Amino acid sequence: MNRIRGLYLFVSLLAFLGFTSPSFTSNALAKEKELVGAGATFPYPLYSKMFSEYYRVYKVKVNYQAIGSGGGIRQLRAKVVDFGASDAYLSDEELAKFPAPVLHIPITAGAVAISYNLPGNPSLRLTPEVLADIFLGKITRWDDPRIQQINLSTKLPPMKIIVVHRSDGSGTTFIFTDYLSKVSKEWAQRVGKGKAVKWPTGLGGKGNAGVAGLIKQLPGAIGYVELVYCLTNDMPFAAIKNKSGNFVLPSIESVTESANIELPDDMRVSLCDTSAPNGYPISGFTWILVYQDLSQGGLSEEKAQALADLLWWMTHEGQKYTKPLHFSPLSDTAKRKVEALLKKLTFKGKVLLQPESRP
Amino acid sequence: MSTRARRIKDRIFKATILSLSLLTLLPLLLILITIISKGYSAISLDFFTKLPTPPGDPGGGILNSIVGSLLLIAIAVVISVPTGVGLGLYLSETRGPWASLVEILINTLQGIPSIVVGILAYLWIVKPLGGFSALSGGVALAIIMLPTVARATQETLIRLPTSLKEAGLSLGASYTRTIWKVILPSAMPGILSGVLLGVARIAGETAPLLFTAFGNPYLNLNPLKPVDAVPLLVFNYAMSPYSDWHQKAWGASLVLMVFILGINITIRKGPWKRR
Amino acid sequence: MDGDKAFRIGLNLTAFLFILFVGITFLSLIIASGPSIKAFGWKFVISTEWDPTAGKFGALPFLTGTLLTSFLALLMSTPLAFSLALFLGIYSRKGLRFAYILDYAVDLLAGIPSVIYGLWALFFLVPVVRWMEIKMNITPFGVGIFTASLVLAIMIIPYISSISKEMVAMVPQDLLEAGMALGATDWEVVKNIIVPYCLSGFYAGILLGLGRALGETMAVTMVIGNFNGMPKDLFSPGNTMASVIANEFAEAVGDLHLSSLIQIGLWLFLVNVIVNLVGQVIVRKVSIRR
Repeated sequence: MNRIRGLYLFVSLLAFLGFTSPSFTSNALAKEKELVGAGATFPYPLYSKMFSEYYRVYKVKVNYQAIGSGGGIRQLRAKVVDFGASDAYLSDEELAKFPAPVLHIPITAGAVAISYNLPGNPSLRLTPEVLADIFLGKITRWDDPRIQQINLSTKLPPMKIIVVHRSDGSGTTFIFTDYLSKVSKEWAQRVGKGKAVKWPTGLGGKGNAGVAGLIKQLPGAIGYVELVYCLTNDMPFAAIKNKSGNFVLPSIESVTESANIELPDDMRVSLCDTSAPNGYPISGFTWILVYQDLSQGGLSEEKAQALADLLWWMTHEGQKYTKPLHFSPLSDTAKRKVEALLKKLTFKGKVLLQPESRP
Repeated sequence: MSTRARRIKDRIFKATILSLSLLTLLPLLLILITIISKGYSAISLDFFTKLPTPPGDPGGGILNSIVGSLLLIAIAVVISVPTGVGLGLYLSETRGPWASLVEILINTLQGIPSIVVGILAYLWIVKPLGGFSALSGGVALAIIMLPTVARATQETLIRLPTSLKEAGLSLGASYTRTIWKVILPSAMPGILSGVLLGVARIAGETAPLLFTAFGNPYLNLNPLKPVDAVPLLVFNYAMSPYSDWHQKAWGASLVLMVFILGINITIRKGPWKRR
Repeated sequence: MDGDKAFRIGLNLTAFLFILFVGITFLSLIIASGPSIKAFGWKFVISTEWDPTAGKFGALPFLTGTLLTSFLALLMSTPLAFSLALFLGIYSRKGLRFAYILDYAVDLLAGIPSVIYGLWALFFLVPVVRWMEIKMNITPFGVGIFTASLVLAIMIIPYISSISKEMVAMVPQDLLEAGMALGATDWEVVKNIIVPYCLSGFYAGILLGLGRALGETMAVTMVIGNFNGMPKDLFSPGNTMASVIANEFAEAVGDLHLSSLIQIGLWLFLVNVIVNLVGQVIVRKVSIRR
């Protein structure tokens, strides 16, 4: 009996230790120095690198939870987090649901690559029309003349096409369906764009990893994955014909290039089907979302200042961490727009980043 | 019918049930062989003591998910054991419509799909706290474990000879004292085996953790923050495109199986043998 | 004696809180599904449209997926599970050592976590099914309704067999001996004595297996293909009620999406409670007869 009671005490102690572990107590005591954010999974590797560097230098802890864009937006609206992160910008309708104005600060740009699994994995070129028809289920075989026609140098195998898409809501899906909606009228009418859509055909995989896993496992598969996943995983990806008629492979440069276009002041812009001649057409920004007046988000003045400084750092000095992690840095045009946006950040009406104090 | 025909029919019958019974062994053997052969090579000291590495980087382990699983199980045990034993005591000490209702509800709770329990933990804990946490995962697991503990307690107590209680009471001990000092200690082996059974069941639960404990690539002991769990890691790594993560998924499966098997053997062979 | 009173009150309070807890469980599911129930009403279960972009949610594809996989699994595993129950029930009674080993092995099968079944199915069953599909000249997904049913079938065998086995073992010895004394073969004893005696136990076993199959999540999610439309045939990809929750819950797009997923959870809860209650009634009747 005593032994058993001892065991029970031990287990209770274990759980209790959890509650009072250093991370927990210091967390409660030093709440002022910690910023909390939640949202998109796609930039998570980059954000975790940036935040750990930032902590090393400035001793500001940033606790970021990659719970998905949808969750990030919901939690920012509920004022549970200090900032949200999303791969899709908010529509006017969604913005209207927020208690106060929200700013979109782009941090990096990403590309959605079209990956596939064919014998020998030859290089592949796709036009927007063919891509849309594959995902609409209208082209069902790899040796379809319409695919063969644009890939004259390769003999495509007589295999059925297996379409793979995301089964969970995701910013990646938003960028991809946004692109298809722009290039295909039929897609825009039948399916539309969104973080989760009603797919006409195919298999679903959970997360980028789930889609990539299915593509790797099923010969004849085609699917869309974040470029980072393809690069770190040696998966083949197709060159896509852009608006200017060039076949462009996704890369850090071609994605940055796609943002070299006329950008709106609020930075709520889709880079899909870019008019930049060497830009990869299926790309988009990923944003950090904050209340324009940070007091509206329930932040103290100290935290508001810390957050404004962090955002400035991420869009400037922090940009050097993008390329090594296969993310694309902001273009110069984009950077100038971001600076203007950041200077609009206020705390109870007081501007947080004084123009003269910044380069 | 001739005897001959009857004999043949009998033979066919015997052959059928024997072969079909053996057929059920096939998947078990296949699963065990695959787990052991594929998981074995993933196991090393580092596997238990290191944090995960990015795909492609050699080495690394699953320390975060082992610690996370232990934390989740600890929370679940702390919540479900007192309540489960309380309910079991209530059932063995009470008769009437209320007791029947409680018994039916316990059986019903056992039948609720674990993913639905996950939704409940999300609604009750994740949403109000505004974030995924070990606590919410632990509560989900506690709900799943509760019926097992309650029923084990009840069954053990019912099987105890009534003379035990009478002896306690006739010696002048109060009712409460008899329960604490006589009944519960003699029921302890049965209760403990029920607790172990419950732990074996929740150790492999994944579905209710998807949107409660959520997963975490780092080591975490804070119950208010997300943690990883071994089965969650198996799921995430299995669905990934990386072959070295697949390898780790098999290794983690082997660890999980050994843990669960160990508990099962303890229950059967240990001093608290059931039945 | 005040301590005793307090102790009793404590026990009753525990029971009361537990009843309250189960009630709250049900209530909170209903409340959280509210927006979706209000928006779609009964159409929710007969509409095949699951379109988060348009904000339209109908659960028929998932109901179909769940029912299809569960019944296919029952179809495949019932003969196996009953053979097993008869074999174990008859021969472990005769003291056959092999029967004990088999019994233990089946217990093990029940203890394997579903995520491990999923892992194994993903790397073992999926290639096998894909090979079959290539031979049959249909799109070789490998994953899909059929693969999911196959894993489910394996997973529910122990659930069906365990209660059936206990019933077989409970057949009174004198009944069996009477049969044998009349010169009946084993087959005749099974057909005329054991099966009629154990019928309700078999039903209970099937219900238990069904309950497990309906709510199973991980193994199914990993091999069903996660396609949110009506499955065209047995080999096409689909989704079940449990697997769609697992896939979409954490990243639901809007409040209506989340609420619709919770409503699916509510249905899953209700169906399971009903299956479970019917099973309990049968088991109770059996034990009374005993």
